[in-house]
Amino acid sequence: MSQEIAARVAQVIAKTQHIPAESVGIDSTFEQLKIDSLDGINILFAIENEFDVDIPDDAARRIRSVREMVDGIEKLLAAKSEK
Amino acid sequence: MTSRRVAVTGIGVISALGPTRAEFWDALKAGRSAIRPMTLVPEGSVRFQNGAEVPDYRESDHFDEKESALLDRFAQFALIAAREAVANSGIAFDEALKENSAIVTGSCVGGKTTEDEGFRGLYELKNMRFPPLSIPKAMANAGASRISLEYGITGPVYTISTACSSANHAIGQAFWMVRNGTAEVAIAGGSEAPFSLGLLKAWEAMRVISPDTCRPFSRDRRGMILGEGAAMLVLEPLDRARARGARIWGEIAGFGMSSDAHHLTQPSAQGAMRAMRAALCDGSVAPDAIGYINAHGTGTPINDPTEVEAIRAIFSENILISSTKSMHGHALGAAGAIEAAATLLALDHGVIPPTANFTEPDPACDLDVIPNAARQAQVEYALSNSFAFGGLNAVLAFRKL
Repeated sequence: MSQEIAARVAQVIAKTQHIPAESVGIDSTFEQLKIDSLDGINILFAIENEFDVDIPDDAARRIRSVREMVDGIEKLLAAKSEK
Repeated sequence: MTSRRVAVTGIGVISALGPTRAEFWDALKAGRSAIRPMTLVPEGSVRFQNGAEVPDYRESDHFDEKESALLDRFAQFALIAAREAVANSGIAFDEALKENSAIVTGSCVGGKTTEDEGFRGLYELKNMRFPPLSIPKAMANAGASRISLEYGITGPVYTISTACSSANHAIGQAFWMVRNGTAEVAIAGGSEAPFSLGLLKAWEAMRVISPDTCRPFSRDRRGMILGEGAAMLVLEPLDRARARGARIWGEIAGFGMSSDAHHLTQPSAQGAMRAMRAALCDGSVAPDAIGYINAHGTGTPINDPTEVEAIRAIFSENILISSTKSMHGHALGAAGAIEAAATLLALDHGVIPPTANFTEPDPACDLDVIPNAARQAQVEYALSNSFAFGGLNAVLAFRKL
């Protein structure tokens, strides 16, 4: 897993949620971070802008933790660089 | 205070299922879905492909050029449905009746097509002069005002905007006005035309629109499908309707509303239950008397099980429910009116429209949702549910006459 991507994801989540970046750990779940459905779409919007990727709705619904988000973005970035 | 029974003596519908009430009902009882690739926005401009647009709509079929230039698409739909409903009622508005009649319409987004075109001209094409009719075309009450002009109705005329509950709130207010004697006749319903690029992009970002079709209560449901159109009802006191020998589609028995005070977008079973109970209480109807519920049934992962939970808390196992949004899409501020028309037609014909596009049962939505094929059933009372973003719920109770 890329530490750089993980750090950028944590930054985006912290900024969107208005919480300190230190509080966003790689194993934090969205539930622990008190991220509800509206927070979720805001974070997805910010992540899509940060990494210039499109996260499909179905995939987005399955993401429940910071680690799953980082894994998903790595896959999308890999698919993008293959194009 | 006066309390009169209220009959529905006129129904008009323009929807993805066709431009008239007859085509609407034919499609509903056949379980035919009107969800198709969208044509009103450029292909590929949004992540979802399908919508429930009014098919082959040409404004010149309904309005002369001068008239249509003054009306946004959503107001055109409102007027078309009102014309059909009033003609169907057979009511002629004489001078006294014009003063004693009311119009209440619902719309969630108003004249978005007009706004979208205007803003595109300003921001993208740098036109510094804005189309001068934009304000009266885009106002949410444009439909109500135009219907008022059409018939010379000078009593209470207004528009309610409560997102997806707008039309149910509108019909409920009109029902109460006729019941308590504030109005002798009311035209009530809702209209919507949400297929403009700016609004669709906003819906895309909400991540609640299905990438394929709308499958309410089905295990593999993936979200809602937007729809457009309008429906209008003509309401009058039952005694008046009988005295003039009118064709009576049914009675509005009760109306109830509630607010979740829970979350801006997540539904609450408690809020839904309180609105359904309020409608039963308003109409003095026992839960056991309700045979059918036209569900809000958006087809999103969270709405459907929440609504089923609320229904199960009040009604018996044997209740029939269906979501006609599977056929005409989710027409937002028009949804409640289109579904009120569906519910009245179902009671009148003794045929309950199905939930179309159904593939497999979901244990979390474990009720008889009338999958795919209409059901013959003589039902005396029915509910129609609308639950809005913002947590605002409105439920109408109907009775077969």
